[in-house]
Order: sequence, then structure tokens, then C-alpha cells
Amino acid sequence: MSLLEVKDLQVHFSTPEGDVTAVNNLNFTLEAGQTLGIVGESGSGKSQTAFSIMGLLAKNGRTGGQALFEGKQVLNLPEAELNKIRAEKISMIFQDPMTSLNPYMKVGTQLMEVLIMHKGCSKAEAFEESVRMLDAVKMPEARKRMDMFPHEFSGGMRQRVMIAMALLCRPKLLIADEPTTALDVTVQAQIMDLLNDLKRDFNTAIIMITHDLGVVAGVCDKVMVMYAGQTMEYGTVDEIFYKPTHPYTIGLLESIPRLDTDDTKELPIIPGNPPNLLNLPTGCPFQDRCGHVTDSCRKQVPNLETFGNGRQRACFWSHELVTAGGAQ
Amino acid sequence: MSEQTPLLKVRDVKVYFPIPKGRDWPWQPMPMLKAVDGVSFDLYPGETLGVVGESGCGKSTLARALIGLVKARSGEITWEGKNLAGLDDKGFHDVRRDIQMIFQDPLASLNPRMTIGDIIAEPLRNYEPGLSSEEVKQRVRQIMDRVGLLPNVINRYPHEFSGGQCQRVGIARALILKPKLIICDEPVSALDVSIQAQVVNLLKELQQEMGLSLVFIAHDLSVVKHISDRVLVMYLGNEAEVATSESLYANPSHPYTQALLSAVPNPDPDLERNKTIQLLEGDLPSPINPPSGCVFRTRCPKAQESCAKNKPELMGVEHHQVACPVVMAG
Repeated sequence: MSLLEVKDLQVHFSTPEGDVTAVNNLNFTLEAGQTLGIVGESGSGKSQTAFSIMGLLAKNGRTGGQALFEGKQVLNLPEAELNKIRAEKISMIFQDPMTSLNPYMKVGTQLMEVLIMHKGCSKAEAFEESVRMLDAVKMPEARKRMDMFPHEFSGGMRQRVMIAMALLCRPKLLIADEPTTALDVTVQAQIMDLLNDLKRDFNTAIIMITHDLGVVAGVCDKVMVMYAGQTMEYGTVDEIFYKPTHPYTIGLLESIPRLDTDDTKELPIIPGNPPNLLNLPTGCPFQDRCGHVTDSCRKQVPNLETFGNGRQRACFWSHELVTAGGAQ
Repeated sequence: MSEQTPLLKVRDVKVYFPIPKGRDWPWQPMPMLKAVDGVSFDLYPGETLGVVGESGCGKSTLARALIGLVKARSGEITWEGKNLAGLDDKGFHDVRRDIQMIFQDPLASLNPRMTIGDIIAEPLRNYEPGLSSEEVKQRVRQIMDRVGLLPNVINRYPHEFSGGQCQRVGIARALILKPKLIICDEPVSALDVSIQAQVVNLLKELQQEMGLSLVFIAHDLSVVKHISDRVLVMYLGNEAEVATSESLYANPSHPYTQALLSAVPNPDPDLERNKTIQLLEGDLPSPINPPSGCVFRTRCPKAQESCAKNKPELMGVEHHQVACPVVMAG
């Protein structure tokens, strides 16, 4: 049994302007200890996917489909049951470490609260365990830091506190929503290094949500590329990076400037802008920006096909490419 | 390049911010936050200078000092032979015709109550009040066409646009006066990957077409590599390394530049799995009370006792200068 199995996941929002489908028919599985990267641009639905699994959707949001965690449906659970799963089995770290910590509470109190609530620890036990966890995330002078407030920490240190808090109950799955986007590259490297260590030590499965393909390349086993709420391509990290088969993935990979090439010529671009989710075109959402667009792309949405070895792709273009193993 | 006269000459510029609440008693001197602490560089016509560094290193403050949005405390900023450092707001008015700026947050830098057409026309109305409204409109249309905005959006408001399009409006506004220098303060960091490439390409094209010089500030080293001729690496208000783009990326010499470059993730799984990152220990020291001597010594793997004594000067050949005596001594 897989740790997490997501089947036909849908997220809708009812807005004054009409119904918005933020996530449409998502399918993936995650095994224990694996890392899945979800890549996409803003508005592609990658964060809403995570929020729906955690039951954190905004009030006007609805979910459909299934998300089976250890075989048990976690979507649309009542709050009380969700609270047993959250933090203990699945926990989450957020993009902005400043706004996700309570500014009025000492860091130590915030950490201990988790253990007292979920594990029924005594205060003294919770304190010791929190210090141990801060040590594990390589926080210098952990004992002293317990008594400090979030504003006394730097961005990287705050993110370490968030990670420590998320791992306190030894969850089996950690969802990281753009954990390093707000941080500098050297701090990002420290945090990614830390996540890699923790993954090894605690055997935690991670869902890494990011727009930075470089981050994905470093830590993930599987990658899912999303666009306008839909899966464009899904495969192992090597397949996606070395043999991309979807025009969007190919365009995305080409359009990032890289350090390891000497090319200073014009960057290949994906023309145009992402579509408005309120007003999606009929057919493939990527049609207007795609170089391989045909009439059938404008008429119907390409099905998400599953190929041998679990690879998925939603595109009418060149089937031979996938069977041949991909472009480039 | 050295035969040309530099368009902009910056010598030992310092920008300090006083911290009024940082003292115990009113008669004590106010502590100073040393945002930029002695930066020098030359910028030649048609050249792009990339400025990189992490948050808090003073790169944005440097940009603001160049254009007079904050006052430099000391040092010289020579623009076409004229010192800008002591200039008042009135004096800067004329200079800003030639030096324009593009800001980081594309939406926040546009007035939400003005139409796109008015926003782009504002510099023109300000600097060339004699133009008839028909001429203004024509110039606006021209520049909108040039940056890839459709003419029918001229009466729309900024909130109707995506980040990439707002940034195009910002670029159009900066270009309409036909300036010689544009200071770009993180122009693409708020944009999505696929839009980033569009804006970077647009800036490069415009630069070639109009012979612009650019000061391109960013924290993304790969974008800077792509667009810059020369790169200035800053750390805590100080220069760490200045070099041509090729030389810097092929052969980073300063320990900070090396750490910075090794930390950039590459979109290549094999490279990523096998690379060794030089992790920097600890956090950035406070710019209110920076370390003595070399500001990087507290986190530097090559630090020696002598580093605490003197502030290192830039040394080395002209196309590659490093502020680290330890590295230069071999």
C-alpha cells in the first residue's frame, strides 16, 4: 500500500465571478521515504493541491476525488479527525516563515504546544523534546533559543523552527510549500541540505512544491509538472529533466538561464501569458503558448495518459516521443 | 573598453542610516546602519553591470543612491563629469531624465488609479511639457508597441494586468524619455519562470537597439550571468569581487563568491546529486555593528588573524578584481 494515493483530485472555488477549477483530475502515488516535486507557475494549482490534502482550503473551496493516506480517505474529514492526522501523520511547512509563526508566542512555547496537544507530554518532557528537535535542525544554542520570539530570528532560522515544529511528532509525510522561496541562495542551500538529512534520518516522505526547477533536481525522486490546474507531465526526475516529452516542460527547461552553460544568446521563451482560470479555453490549457498546437488541441482536452513505468503525459503531440523515451 | 570614458563613475560611496532608537541616552551618538560602506565602480556606455548579493547586502540601497532616492553620506558619483553625490532634489530632476529606474514589484510600482497610458506618459509630461497631447499619445503608442503591449490596453488600469505585463509597463515608463542608463532593481524576481525569460530578452533587445547602459540588480546569479557584461558581488555593504561575467563565473576567486555560486541549484539532477556545496556557517552579521576588517571573515573558510585588522581593498587585474588579500597571496 502506498503512503499517499491521490485519485482524480479536484479543487473548485466558487467566486462572485463564477466557478473556478483550481485543480483538475490529479493522480499520483507517493511511497514512504520518497520525495515528490510539484512544479508549476503561480496559479497552476500546486499549493491548492497541498491545501486540499491538509484540509486547509479557503471557505469557498470544495474538493472532489480521493486522497488516500495509508488507505484512508483524508479529504472532507471533520475537523476533529483531521486534527489527529495533521501534525501526527502529515505536517506542512509554509513559504513565509515570518507569517506562519505566532509573533506573540515564544518559539519554545509554540514548539511545546504541539507535543502537549498531540502527544500528551508533560511540560518538562515537551521542553526537552523540543530542544532535541531544534538541535536536529542544526539550530545553534537551541536551549537558549527556546526563550526567544520569532522576530529575533533570521529568515533561515525561522524556517528551521518551522521544520522542527513540523517534525516534532515524526510525521510520515511532510508537505513543503515553497520552503525556500523567501530565502537567499546560501540559506536555501542550508535548508535543502537539512531536508535531505532529515529525510534520511526520519524516513519522511516529502511533497516539495516549488517553481524552482533547480531545487527539484536536487532533492526529488518524482516530479509532476502542473499548468492551469492540470498535470502536464509526471515521471521520475531523470525522465523529466533529461527526456521531457511535454511542450510545456521542454519550454520551461529551456527558458531558465543556467550557470553551467556558456550560452549568452537570447533565451528561448514560452510566448504569451498563463490563461485565466475563470475563462479557460476549450481544449488544452496550454494551446495558445504551444508551438505544436493542432486543431484537436483546440477542440478537446488531451487525456492524461499513463505509459509503462508509471509516466504520465497529457498531450496530443508526438506519441512516438514518449515511447522512444523522450526528447533530447 | 578601458579607452572609453566611463558614463558613470562611482568612488567610495557610503550610505548610512541613523538608528534613533539604538542608543540608551539622547546625548550618545546615534548608531549607524552601514547599508553601503565604500563601493566603487565604473560603468561604460552600452554596458550592463550586474550587482549580486543576498538580501541585506546593500544592493538596492546602492541603486537608490545612484539615482538620489537616498542620499549618499560620502563618496563621489560622477555622471558625465558631474558629481551627483551632493545634489539636491532639484538638481536630480535634470539627471533623472537620463537615468531611469525599474522596480522589483511590478504592480506596487504603478499607481493603481492611473491608466496604463497615463502612467507611461507621466515622465514625458513632466520633462517635455510643451508637447501636444497628440504627440504624447503617439510617443506612448510607439513605446508600448516596442515593449510588446497591445495598443488597446492604453486605457486600462494596472490591476487588470499580470505581473509580466505590469513589468512591461514599468519598462515602457522608464524608456519613454530615451534615457542613457536604466537601473533595474530586481526586475524579474517577482515573475514566473516563463515570463522571466521574456522580460530578460526584452531588456537585452532594447539595450542593443537604444545603446542603453544597465545596472542590473538581482539575487539570481544565473539571470545576472545571462545579461551582464561585468558583475559586482556585494556582501554586507562591501564589494567582494568585480569581474567580467566570463571571468567571474569561470573562475570565482573570493570565498564568498565561491560559496554563493556553489549554492545555486542547477536544473540538472546528475549535477545536483554529485555537487559539493560550500555551506556558509551562521547568519549574516548585523550591518549596524559589522565585523572589523573584512566583513566576511566571521563566515569565511579561509579567514586568518590578519583579516580582522584591515579592510581589504580590491586587488588584481583590471578585468577581475578581488577584495581578499588571502586569496591574492595564493
